[in-house]
Amino acid sequence: MSSIRWIKKDLKINFLRVKNIATIVSILAIISSLFFLVYKNLNFGIDFKGGTLIEIKKDENLSIAEIRNQLSELNIGDIQIQTFGSDDIILIRIENSTNLDANADMSSIELIRSSLGNDVIIQRTEIVGPKVSSELIQKGIIAIIIAVFLMLFYIWIRFEWQFSIGAVTALIHDVMITMGIFSFLQIEFNLSIIAALLTIIGYSMNDTVVVYDRIRENLRKYKQMNIFDLINQSLNETMSRTLLTSVTTLLALFSLYFLGGEVLKGFTLAMIIGVFIGTYSSVFIASQIILYLNVKRDWSKN
Amino acid sequence: MLYFSLTKKILITVFCALLGLLALPNFVELDKEVPLLPKNTLNLGLDLRGGSYLLLEVDTETIKKEKGEFLLDDIRSALRKNRIKYSNLKLINDGVSLIIINEEQISEAKNIINSVDQGGSNLFLNQSVSELNITNSENIFNVTFTEDALRSKYRSAVNQSIEIVRRRIDGLGVTEPSIQRQGNNRILLEVPGLDDPKRLKDLLGQTAKLNFRMVDTSTSVSDALRGKIPPRSEVIYDKDSIPWLVNKKILVSGERLADAQASFDQMTNTPVVNFRFDVAGGKSFARATSENVGRPFAIVLDDQVISAPTIRQPILGGSGQIEGGFTVESANDLAVLLRAGALPAPLNILEERTIGPGLGADSINSGTIATIIGMLLVLAFIFLSYGRFGLYANIALTLNLVFIVGVLSLIQATLTLPGIAGIVLTIGMAVDANVIIFERIREEYDSGKTPFSAVEAGYSRALRTILDANITTLIASLILIFLGTGPVKGFAVTLSIGVITSFFTAFVITRLIVANWLLKRKPEELPI
Repeated sequence: MSSIRWIKKDLKINFLRVKNIATIVSILAIISSLFFLVYKNLNFGIDFKGGTLIEIKKDENLSIAEIRNQLSELNIGDIQIQTFGSDDIILIRIENSTNLDANADMSSIELIRSSLGNDVIIQRTEIVGPKVSSELIQKGIIAIIIAVFLMLFYIWIRFEWQFSIGAVTALIHDVMITMGIFSFLQIEFNLSIIAALLTIIGYSMNDTVVVYDRIRENLRKYKQMNIFDLINQSLNETMSRTLLTSVTTLLALFSLYFLGGEVLKGFTLAMIIGVFIGTYSSVFIASQIILYLNVKRDWSKN
Repeated sequence: MLYFSLTKKILITVFCALLGLLALPNFVELDKEVPLLPKNTLNLGLDLRGGSYLLLEVDTETIKKEKGEFLLDDIRSALRKNRIKYSNLKLINDGVSLIIINEEQISEAKNIINSVDQGGSNLFLNQSVSELNITNSENIFNVTFTEDALRSKYRSAVNQSIEIVRRRIDGLGVTEPSIQRQGNNRILLEVPGLDDPKRLKDLLGQTAKLNFRMVDTSTSVSDALRGKIPPRSEVIYDKDSIPWLVNKKILVSGERLADAQASFDQMTNTPVVNFRFDVAGGKSFARATSENVGRPFAIVLDDQVISAPTIRQPILGGSGQIEGGFTVESANDLAVLLRAGALPAPLNILEERTIGPGLGADSINSGTIATIIGMLLVLAFIFLSYGRFGLYANIALTLNLVFIVGVLSLIQATLTLPGIAGIVLTIGMAVDANVIIFERIREEYDSGKTPFSAVEAGYSRALRTILDANITTLIASLILIFLGTGPVKGFAVTLSIGVITSFFTAFVITRLIVANWLLKRKPEELPI
């Protein structure tokens, strides 16, 4: 039973040579993410915006235009209609702006049910009142902030403060760019995306910690080596693991993306983007921050 | 790192077998129950099995207003009894305000209002604490409930509401509904298998306050609609929007009902609701019907007249019949409502999610396929990358999947669609521990160590890295468990379980297999 080494034994890539380019790329990416977030905003789903969502399975000979016509006669506010995955599955979204309480939205589902009649099967209905949606936003933001702080704290205890600054910078970098991409592509941002962001935080941290662990080990092992070479060597030594784990995670994620059904698509897409950015940031961003912050070289006195 | 004592080996094997056994009911269907064998299967969430999820809020404003009105009545009668002149007695936010007309009576008024304060008992201090804040500037009094008093009133209203919701849902005859309190004044309701929650919402949308009152025949309804409403009466509509002029005074209230059953009228064979009062209610009903033979009375439910029959003879037995043009279902629902009792305040629906059974089944299918394909891809890749060692890692990976299912079945955590995503993601990430170890072994081997010491060093050096890396993922998913709700929480639960089981499988099981092979074969070269 032979094995394939995807990465050759004595890999010697000067990763830090491109550090300035990486910095510029990352800063540009963050700035454009902020730009999109401010000017295009996120495409909030009903979890965060409130409103009604109905998923129906329609009859072949019923066209979307007909559905749109029938529903516009109902006068229940701003209605969005789009297909979801396949042509016969249709999502109907009703904005919350006209009627501000959930009880009123209930009746709009009844109206739609009776208007479309037997030509459709209602597969899913979701109604989120404005009170709950604003709470869900709050909870999501709190969850992400707590996660970042706990990571900061954990790395600080296990390593040194320089490492926790580097790791958390990489983390915020990953979350911001992922959100920026969501804003740019206007992909629906809902509760499961918050879950994805938190998983990305965990994953990116995981990646960074493995690299940092090696840097720390090498700091003890090679007391005289200059920090630039030392970080480069640590990156090279862990490169095989970094890539292999990314590949296995991506294999699982792509399988989910293509086979796991429409509902999970947003979540898996966020994760896929996150894995790419997280891997990039632990190699090019988290590591170079250690270069600038003066790390302790003599670990014997601890 | 590589020597396992026999006891340890046995313990590990037994532990694995136990975890495997827990997962078994999900894969094998036994015809009859075998004692000692677990029978819990995965507890599927509503998004997978279909059903309705409702988040309700008890309308605390109504409770506050109602308590305020009681307080107003109490103060009014206390002041009248003591002949204290007042004016502008009215409801304000959190209580009532009034003006005492005679300045000499201010201090006396203060004492009297104080005596209205019934106080609530404080469990911790074991003494009665004041329920009211009474303040006055000169002759203007503000009497408000304390925050504690309001909170305890809300709490008991929510508890009562949960009980009544439970009774109403039980009346629907659905299986395994879950009713939980959430936060201070919310109720979370999950009803599996219900794909049209309209009836459920109709049932919960009514407070179901029932009362019996006389129809006021002193003025015609059309005069009343033109504004000539007698002071002790009000206009109430029935479900066909026909107005009725009805006394405000209640003869008997629904609280006095002992039972209500849907049935058929023996003469007309139409659906009706039969009811029976308790002893006190029966007496009042007997008195009221004896005094008013020949006159119509109204049965009023939540400000709607259900029916207004004429009293033909005194009803002395304490039971009666409501005919309101019901269908079988609506008669049944009314009986359920009456039996369950009235809600202390209306319930507002804050959030509702309903998944049809078809969509749930589709999700299970696509989730299972994605898991299997993802798994196969990862297994193939790992085998290609590490050969024999990869095969060992794959055994651990497969066991990992079984263990996740086993633990989920054991603790009966809810498996949601994002939860399935969590499992697939864990498969991808679970390999990480093995990858870290194997890469380390390669490095140690490349640096010239013997196969045995390379593996030994690989495991011991990788341990800390794996712990650090996995704890970060665990931190993120634990936050999700505590802050997330529903599906998101399901995701976090599977991810957390996956991180823990993957650590166990990678670090214990793979190590055991690798060590066994090394000690038995004593290879010259490491096939890694």
